[in-house]
Amino acid sequence: MDIEVYGEYKKTAWCPGCGNHDVMKAVRQALAGLDLAPNRVAHVSGIGQAAKAPHYIDLNGFNGLHGRGLPPAQAIKLCNPELTVIAQSGDGCNYGEGGNHFLAAIRRNVDMTLLVHDNQIYGLTKGQASPTTPEGQITKSQPDGVRNAPFNPIAVAVAMKCSFVARSFSGNTPHLVKMIQLAIQHKGFALVDLFSPCVSFNKVNTFGWYKQRCQELPEDYDPTDWAAAMQVAQEFGERIPIGVIYRNDRPSLDASLPVLQKGPLGRQPVDRDGLRALMQSYT
Amino acid sequence: MSHTGRNIVIGGEAGQGLVTIGQMLTKALIRSGYEVVVSQDYMSRVRGGHNTYSIRVHDAPIAAPAEAMDVLVALNQETVSLHKHELSESGIVILDAGLDPEGTRAVPVPFKDVASRPIFENVAALGVLGSLLGVDRPTMEGLVRETFGKKGDEVVGQNMKVLDDAWKWAEAHRASCAALPAPRGPKGRMMLHGNEAIALGALAAGVKFCSFYPMTPATSVAQELITKGRKLGVVVEQAEDEIAAINMALGATYTGAKALVPTSGGGFALMTEGVSLAGVMEAPVVIVLAQRPGPATGLPTRTEQADLNLALYAGHGEFPRAILAPATIEDCFHLTHAAFDLTERFQTPVFVLTDQYLSDSYRAVVPFDLDALPPVAEPDFSPGGGPKFKRYKRYELTESGVSPRKVPGFTETLVLADCHEHTEQGNITEDADLRNAMNDKRLRKGEGLRALCIPPRVSGDANPDLLLVCWGSSEGPVAEAAVLLRAKGRSVGVMSFTQVWPLDPAQFLPALQAAKEVVCVEGNATGQFARLLRQETGFEVSRTLLRYDGRIFTPKWLAERLG
Repeated sequence: MDIEVYGEYKKTAWCPGCGNHDVMKAVRQALAGLDLAPNRVAHVSGIGQAAKAPHYIDLNGFNGLHGRGLPPAQAIKLCNPELTVIAQSGDGCNYGEGGNHFLAAIRRNVDMTLLVHDNQIYGLTKGQASPTTPEGQITKSQPDGVRNAPFNPIAVAVAMKCSFVARSFSGNTPHLVKMIQLAIQHKGFALVDLFSPCVSFNKVNTFGWYKQRCQELPEDYDPTDWAAAMQVAQEFGERIPIGVIYRNDRPSLDASLPVLQKGPLGRQPVDRDGLRALMQSYT
Repeated sequence: MSHTGRNIVIGGEAGQGLVTIGQMLTKALIRSGYEVVVSQDYMSRVRGGHNTYSIRVHDAPIAAPAEAMDVLVALNQETVSLHKHELSESGIVILDAGLDPEGTRAVPVPFKDVASRPIFENVAALGVLGSLLGVDRPTMEGLVRETFGKKGDEVVGQNMKVLDDAWKWAEAHRASCAALPAPRGPKGRMMLHGNEAIALGALAAGVKFCSFYPMTPATSVAQELITKGRKLGVVVEQAEDEIAAINMALGATYTGAKALVPTSGGGFALMTEGVSLAGVMEAPVVIVLAQRPGPATGLPTRTEQADLNLALYAGHGEFPRAILAPATIEDCFHLTHAAFDLTERFQTPVFVLTDQYLSDSYRAVVPFDLDALPPVAEPDFSPGGGPKFKRYKRYELTESGVSPRKVPGFTETLVLADCHEHTEQGNITEDADLRNAMNDKRLRKGEGLRALCIPPRVSGDANPDLLLVCWGSSEGPVAEAAVLLRAKGRSVGVMSFTQVWPLDPAQFLPALQAAKEVVCVEGNATGQFARLLRQETGFEVSRTLLRYDGRIFTPKWLAERLG
């Protein structure tokens, strides 16, 4: 698929230099590489700067509420398994407001991809701490430094045996493209926590900061080794490992529903004879 | 039979099997051709407490529960103590010979002799009841065989023997209780409660997706779809919370699958942002809001009509909606079916507003004629229209306010559903003129909804001195209270609203103005519907008659207060 088919939007609400521009470029490349036609993809988001993504790429889109991107994304797959479902949103949307949905989505294991633009700050609301902001970091709303311990999405996802867990960085396009493609190809719930620096409100976790720390996992790393993945998930310091950290082959929920073998639910007719028989069961 | 029929009440602790006895007796009565109104009164606990299952039975149509108990089956001493003053003049108490009848007219049953083990006592009670009431014995035997058939011939045989022994024992005591008169109703009717009828109405409309978080009294809607709807191709997902439930439903309707979310007040409160999303996204969704008394956890297993304002105003911003309020089990079916058509047609949320009483109330219902149902609107599944791989005008400005709704994946054009104010293609906009145009477009759909609104049902005397206004499940008790008042020579009419929003005053205002006295009967403390009537028409009812103790309206309760 020609990358031009997904459109290119010069006018966005993102700041110049924002990591989101690079993420969108990587998403286009990933989709083109997988030969996914724009109408075969349902692209879902919540609210936040990253969540404006559906407006800046030519795919089917569902821009829902803050923190609530995952529920409709999963339902879309459960109603039309023929669509490739991709959700994009920020760390605040997925790990803060939508935390319960994040945990439930890991457990439910619907075949879909979640791209979390993780910039460790709230950008759209102008610089408050996010769930992934490091302890002690001074922000406008946390002038004495963040007191809450940061949320470790990778460790949580691996601990819950999320069927696919990867980390990447907007500054490493080839790596990010590969992670997005592997996530889409994975049959199950796939999380890609990707660093996408906020140039306006996070002066600590900058492009350079991530560039210096992100290191690809060695070639011989085995992502099916859960205990090893738990170790890797703890690393967040001078070195931050990127790559596929954990995966398993637990069957996805949509694959286990016989009714979905018959295609999209929306087009399936009312089974009137079945309903008549059902009414008889009440007599 | 007396003009109120016979009221049979089974009382005991949760876990004693009173619902099993009640349901089997109800089914036997319906199969025999009787009319029933079941009301269930239970506490929010798994075991213990005090619960009742009441069956009002009649050989002629009835529409409300009764108060005075004609037959009280007491499964424990507490039931006798609590209800002995509620017995009718000829009322009897059926109880174990070991319990104290406390001065009531009692039929003490030696359950230990009739049932070899305590597990059989429910069937023994059923045998005694069936015999005393004169229920057709082969009907009862067939039911026992069906109920225990899955457990094998031996279990069936044991239960049949207990039924036989109990029946024979009771024959000797038949004088204590007059048998029911011969039934007159048709055979082949369903034993159905409100939530089951809602599930059937949804299935008939083509529901394909239901997301829910369990909450009394709405849970059985989803449970019906799980137990029986799955075979008909419905995906039911228990969500992590009600917020997820409604947002999932919006994802489902985006794909063209009709979606239902059943909940009660507390759960619905969590859904309100999702309702607003459905409003701006112009996403269809049917919300079943089964009311119970609040605020907050309130009286979790009882009944009330106090969430009208919540349904009416839930969700920030302004957008159209419709609220249907079934009064009968048949309404539950037909209005749920209609709700799907309205939500698909106008692409905005539609409510089915019911309550615990109606949710749990079994009645005898003729199977619904599926061929007679009007068609339900659908999105545009066609492949044509719209630019290839570019967004079509999902929110095209139209005269009716309704835009063409295409379905992702069925076409090469792209569908963008959005939560912001948006352009016709669904893109974020902050343009003031476009904002006005889009808001006006959405609100125009409200006019379309108003043009289709269901007029209130009017019954009783024409041009009455006293006009009783009610909505939702109060209709049955109110109509029967009107009968009691007319028997005393009063001129009484009933106006029952099964759609409470939007309202079309032309349908009812002249009748309200013509009546000498208008009393609005509602199951809440502030007269929410009376206020809505005044807001929409300027008409002020003479007075309200309100009940908010969590208990069901009965004709007697109403007639006493309407003098």
